Amino acid sequence: MTERENILARVREALKTQAPLPGSHDGIHAPPLPQPPVAGARQWLPAVGKDFNDWVELFGKNAVELKADFQMLNSAGEMRRALVRLRDAGGWKRAACHSGMLPDAICPILDLPLLRTDRPYDVHALEACDVGISECDALIAQTGSVLVTSRSAGGRALSVLPPHHVVLAQRDQLVPDLPAAFDLVKKKYADNYPSMISFITGPSRTGDIERILVLGAHGPKKLTVLCF
Amino acid sequence: MSAFATQFKEQARVMTRDLRHRQLIRTALRSYEIARDKRKAAFQDWPAARQAAAETKWEAVNHLDQYLVEFATKLESHGTKVHWAGTGAQARDIIVGIVRDRKARSIIKSKAMTAEEIHLNEALEHAGFDVVESDLGEFIVQLRHEPPYHIVFPSMHLTRGEIRELFQRELGDAPSDNPEELTMVVRRVMRQKYIAADVGITGANFAIAETGMISITENEGNARLTAALPKTMITLLGIEKILPRLDDLALFLPMLATAGAGQPLTGYNTLYGGPRQPGECDGPEEFHVVLLDNHRTALLADAEQRDVLHCIRCGACLNVCPIFRNVGGHTYGTTYSGPIGSVLTPHLRGLQDWKHLSFASSLCGACTEACPVKIDLHHHLLQNRRNASEQKPSFLERLAHRAFAVIANSTALWSIGKKLGWLAQPLQRPIKGTVLDPARAWTKTRDLAPIARESFKDWWKKRQ
Repeated sequence: MTERENILARVREALKTQAPLPGSHDGIHAPPLPQPPVAGARQWLPAVGKDFNDWVELFGKNAVELKADFQMLNSAGEMRRALVRLRDAGGWKRAACHSGMLPDAICPILDLPLLRTDRPYDVHALEACDVGISECDALIAQTGSVLVTSRSAGGRALSVLPPHHVVLAQRDQLVPDLPAAFDLVKKKYADNYPSMISFITGPSRTGDIERILVLGAHGPKKLTVLCF
Repeated sequence: MSAFATQFKEQARVMTRDLRHRQLIRTALRSYEIARDKRKAAFQDWPAARQAAAETKWEAVNHLDQYLVEFATKLESHGTKVHWAGTGAQARDIIVGIVRDRKARSIIKSKAMTAEEIHLNEALEHAGFDVVESDLGEFIVQLRHEPPYHIVFPSMHLTRGEIRELFQRELGDAPSDNPEELTMVVRRVMRQKYIAADVGITGANFAIAETGMISITENEGNARLTAALPKTMITLLGIEKILPRLDDLALFLPMLATAGAGQPLTGYNTLYGGPRQPGECDGPEEFHVVLLDNHRTALLADAEQRDVLHCIRCGACLNVCPIFRNVGGHTYGTTYSGPIGSVLTPHLRGLQDWKHLSFASSLCGACTEACPVKIDLHHHLLQNRRNASEQKPSFLERLAHRAFAVIANSTALWSIGKKLGWLAQPLQRPIKGTVLDPARAWTKTRDLAPIARESFKDWWKKRQ
């Protein structure tokens, strides 16, 4: 027998006896939950408000707490100007991005050498970039998260290796909560998932020294979300 | 008493007197508690969320065979190599074998308690490979050659001054004891390691059966980099990490973050379903997933304690445990410390050697209340005590209980006992807690209230 069969045989043998249901100790029973149990998650998770304006406000509030920079803009032109301001403030010399509708339309304004990560690239060159600019699959109001995948956001490294990650998003990408984000992932990729799906919530952070918050432990020190 | 029990007692005695250590842990956990309570309060219904999480894990663990097969099949269909390891030794051999076949020179690793459990780093180092822990806290304890202090906060027992001295000694670079500057030292050191590493090793927080993906939760981005740059990626996880559906994460990710660190969501929650796919330009060329049993199926066979396999390793039970707070993480001498460690370790490493951990508890139940997946922790501690004494009864203990039962059941014997106790108590006082005292294990640290000359019963009788 292979080790796989051995382990599965032990599992099947073990499961012949029934385990008590959770929460059934001391005769206390919780009210029955929908099947599957997490189907009701939306009612239990933190509230997100009713409409788009509430979600924008909530995403902004979460961004402040996460020490991320969120700019709600009105046009592609404003997004270009915002990116130029970021370039000047950060003194960018080199930038990385990937091909896509928004980067193609917005990034040329930077007038910088652009490394593209959707074709074979040199990882040392990416490491030397001051900024990684990517699209995303969704913005999640509930948690202030950015959802990226290896297919939609220029691979695995672009959103995490350079010290500043700039996300270019459109307003219809803002979803209210996590269940909506997972629905979107399932609808969009069905049975052909990208090899990486990542929920990015704020810049890279650590509290490993005396539980004091430090940004930029390994990944980006700054996260900017530009949305129009 | 086992050698482990003696060591535990000795270490606990030292640590409970270390006021500096207690102060450090108390300060760290106070800020955790405030953040956690704020995040819990933000949930519209935390108790319902807990119940759903418990039921979801129950469903996963009680249909583990089906879900494991589904998980492995889906992963393999996207080009991942799935390995099955019955024991820690098998898992070590599999991983060392992969690393050796790739002729790897350096290995970068992101935090994985399962790797601590099977002592993977020692095995890799013994085989001649250089392994670097990339999580800041894990890197710090690796430099100190000690195991993580806490399953989520590995270096919480150290002050910034101690970390500065460590960096000065080991890295020759420690500008100040400012946490930000110290973190940046590690950022600089680690960047080149990611790029140079041939193999990246990670753990996993969840394994999604429906889509064949592993999910990694982290704050620093070190696991993201570990899974992005090296050519070969290896993920080691226990078979109990299964969740049935992708949607389940919509609940589990925020609950893990809330219970574990008082965050709404952890910095990076990332799913990996395979190596680099056609059309993708980076990521590992090979992805290996090692599924570890290592006594988990034996725990599964214990229906009464099967829910211990629901554990998502958030560390919430450690944070609220009065024993953990006073004796500290290293005193346990185990990979998993705190209440979950006390319950789990006897299953992983033998009940008789590790039963003392189940006795080192006030049974206050704070752990059970804190657990986001409703593991009945403090009752399991009681069950471990019961099982330990059934397995290996103590003659003296049994005799003592029998004698007590006889005396307590007889009015005459009980009143004689009361009188004798009142007379004998002053005689015990000079020898209290010394080697001459037969009850010294108890009396050394405790005072018995003086036995009254007249019992309540006698007093009541007189007033009738």
